[in-house]
Amino acid sequence: MPTPIAELAGVEVDYPRGRALGPFDLTLAEGEIVALVGPSGCGKSTALRLLAGLEQPTRGIVRRASARGETSVVFQAPTLMPWATAEDNVALPLELAGEAKASARLKARTALERVKLPAIERAKPAQLSGGMAMRVSLARALVTDPRLLLLDEPFAALDEITRRNLAEDVHALWTQTRPAIVFVTHNVEEAAYMACRVIVMTRGPGRSAGETAIAGSLPRPEGFRTTPVFREAAEAISRTLDAAMAPA
Amino acid sequence: MRSLQSIVAPIVLTAVLLAIWETVCHVLAVPTYLLPTPSEIARATVDNLPLLLTSAWNTLAVAVIAWVLASLCAGGIALVVSLNDLLEDAVRPLAVMLQVTPIVALAPLVNIWAGLDHPERGVIALAMVVAFFPIFSGVLTGLKAVDPDLERLFDLYGAGRVQRVFRLRLPAALPYVLQGHKVAAGLALVGAVVAEFVAGSGGSQGLAWRIMEAEHRSQTAKMMAALAVLAVLALMLYAALESAEQIILRRWRGR
Repeated sequence: MPTPIAELAGVEVDYPRGRALGPFDLTLAEGEIVALVGPSGCGKSTALRLLAGLEQPTRGIVRRASARGETSVVFQAPTLMPWATAEDNVALPLELAGEAKASARLKARTALERVKLPAIERAKPAQLSGGMAMRVSLARALVTDPRLLLLDEPFAALDEITRRNLAEDVHALWTQTRPAIVFVTHNVEEAAYMACRVIVMTRGPGRSAGETAIAGSLPRPEGFRTTPVFREAAEAISRTLDAAMAPA
Repeated sequence: MRSLQSIVAPIVLTAVLLAIWETVCHVLAVPTYLLPTPSEIARATVDNLPLLLTSAWNTLAVAVIAWVLASLCAGGIALVVSLNDLLEDAVRPLAVMLQVTPIVALAPLVNIWAGLDHPERGVIALAMVVAFFPIFSGVLTGLKAVDPDLERLFDLYGAGRVQRVFRLRLPAALPYVLQGHKVAAGLALVGAVVAEFVAGSGGSQGLAWRIMEAEHRSQTAKMMAALAVLAVLALMLYAALESAEQIILRRWRGR
């Protein structure tokens, strides 16, 4: 196994209303794409916040090899500052880290070009479509060249065609710098397409109900969704999910 | 089409109401000291225009000074309070107490503190008290209404407290800040007029003083002329602030 970039070991998270997650284990290798699939409220997003260092576990250990600034998060909503231009939004992580404005702007424009959004630097979020706003959010996550990229249902609010385009683009971007990616989703087929490894979580408090490895190279070849490899993987994930959802 | 209708409809309604008023006064031969006709009020407005405009300017100046001072005080306090939950819990009830206490009840005390020979200071202080709460409440609500995921992003990128305030919370609060200031401006004008009344002195020479003066002389038409000027002033102030808010918000969100 290559060097882990992040690890959750027996983590549990308790909230005042009860346990939200765990015990849950996850080891993430450099450059690996892992999808977390599970019903609403199973603790997928909690696991992501633990990996990001935005939350601490009640019990268990979180290990991160990435330093501050080497982890990026993309949320379900684009989460852009409505008053700031696309370029300002993308440059934000660099400027908060103290990078000179000119250099931050240059990198922001490059990041926008990487997500296929050239010439919208001056546009504000309200002037962008849902798909474009999500691409700006992706550019902001990529501008720091993260080693760990956490995607929390980033395509959930988008139409099917935009979702598919963005999924392909995320793979294309991944090939450039190969960050480790954790991708949270409700969608079994999206998980089978995006990830090399899919972990199905039980109803809250979430535990691992099973893991499916998906063969085939990344980015996915054209027509991958019609191949037996994809269909079998999606069926295996669905079966694990059905078992996880069955009443105890 | 809708915007044309929203301009024409109130003008037509006002014209109809004035025509009914004029007709009823003539038909019933209502004495002028009791209810002057709109045409008599218009004549009184024209005859006293320089004096009324000077008084309107005095009232507006008091309201604007009070509004600016309230903005600085309430905005500053809200900003400090927003950084600490304990402070917010301590200050909010006091701010509400200030809001619910009638300005008329505060006036004698404020007049003593301001100095009886400086009525304008008392009037400004009272108008400021009235304008304080909407600004305080608007700024504090705005500073606290930031998208939690944006706050998490600032956590993730290790933003400091100053960066968080200036790059996230203050810009995010802008719509609430503007709303609070718009409400406060109208209240500052009301506060200025009420404070002039309760100050009970001609020192400030505003529109309220003109109204009282005309009342003492039973010049009802002049009194209503002062009222009409006050209404127009309030409308103009509201329209100016509404336009400013629209323009700023359009720039803020880019459309």
